Amino acid sequence: MAYMTDRKRANRWGSAKSGTHHFWSMKVSSVGLLILIPLFVFTFGPALGGTYEEVTAYFARPFPAIIAALTMIVAFKHFNDGFQVLVEDYVHGIWEKILILGMTCLSYGAAAVGVFAIARLAL
Amino acid sequence: MVQFTLPKNSKIRTGKTWPKPEGASNLRKFQIYRWTPDDGENPRVDTYFVDMDTCGPMILDALIKIKNEIDPTLTFRRSCREGICGSCAMNIDGINTLACIYGIDEVKGDVKIYPLPHMPVVRDLIPDLTHFYAQHASIMPWLETKTNRPAKEWRQSIEDREKLDGLYECVMCASCSTSCPSYWWNGDRYLGPAALLHAYRWIIDSRDEATGERLDELEDPFKLYRCHTIMNCAKTCPKGLNPAKAIAEIKKLMVERQL
Repeated sequence: MAYMTDRKRANRWGSAKSGTHHFWSMKVSSVGLLILIPLFVFTFGPALGGTYEEVTAYFARPFPAIIAALTMIVAFKHFNDGFQVLVEDYVHGIWEKILILGMTCLSYGAAAVGVFAIARLAL
Repeated sequence: MVQFTLPKNSKIRTGKTWPKPEGASNLRKFQIYRWTPDDGENPRVDTYFVDMDTCGPMILDALIKIKNEIDPTLTFRRSCREGICGSCAMNIDGINTLACIYGIDEVKGDVKIYPLPHMPVVRDLIPDLTHFYAQHASIMPWLETKTNRPAKEWRQSIEDREKLDGLYECVMCASCSTSCPSYWWNGDRYLGPAALLHAYRWIIDSRDEATGERLDELEDPFKLYRCHTIMNCAKTCPKGLNPAKAIAEIKKLMVERQL
């Protein structure tokens, strides 16, 4: 146990002067997803169950491809930000850093794979 | 790291059942958390029977009656007995509230009384609020000014004064902060609803000249942004205040000054 005054313990490191950007970017991506998810569902739906040729032809059109790519990017960004909040809530110490780093790599990796796949289909 | 189970020495056991008062017909059963640091024992829940024909209507009346007539070792804080001092905050029937303004008849069945959740216990129903008070002090709960003091008083319009309604009434009972899961997990760094409500009270005070510094001090992933609008604070506040709204207003100001 460290000998610290109550005040020192309460205001240990002062303010990190950050957090607002993360908070606001989650709000922005939430609103983005509110628009993108219905669009994605309605544009992805017609391609479901189609043959390979039909699907590639469908995603060669700009609108479904752009919607799908944007949904991938924004959803994984939002997921990553949300996961960071979850980890900050429940996990502390070295595992906090490891989990945030790991999930950031995974999220942006998954988004990149998704966008690459759509680009392959579209171009 | 978050803990989902109590440590062995914190597990609550069944305690003593005190005898029923003789000749009483209108009895009410009270189950009260007991723990003392003196005997090294685990916490226990003692059972008391109170004669409601000779007891006042509030939970605090029953606690005082138990202490006076049944078990003088029962320990709890109390002072004003009218919801102003905030001393007698405890968990009654699963709700954090003030024992002095919570009616016994509001509880259905046995009356279960525990100390405020997730705080170190000093003894029985007394939580250690040292850190809670230090967090309150850290938000500078006073008027900060740089302009020379006016000859008479710092003036404030009626409209600006009205902005403090719903904020200044907080009695710092800690019911809200100790009902907040975010405060349970991260109470060492998260300021909690009570301190943030007070912070907002000074941020929007038209006479205060340290608004920017106050916002600077709060801009932190833990101090402020651990609030996830769970709303337990607003639900439990015995004074009917809404700390979650005050916190949301602080977050709005944080964004507003950046965009």
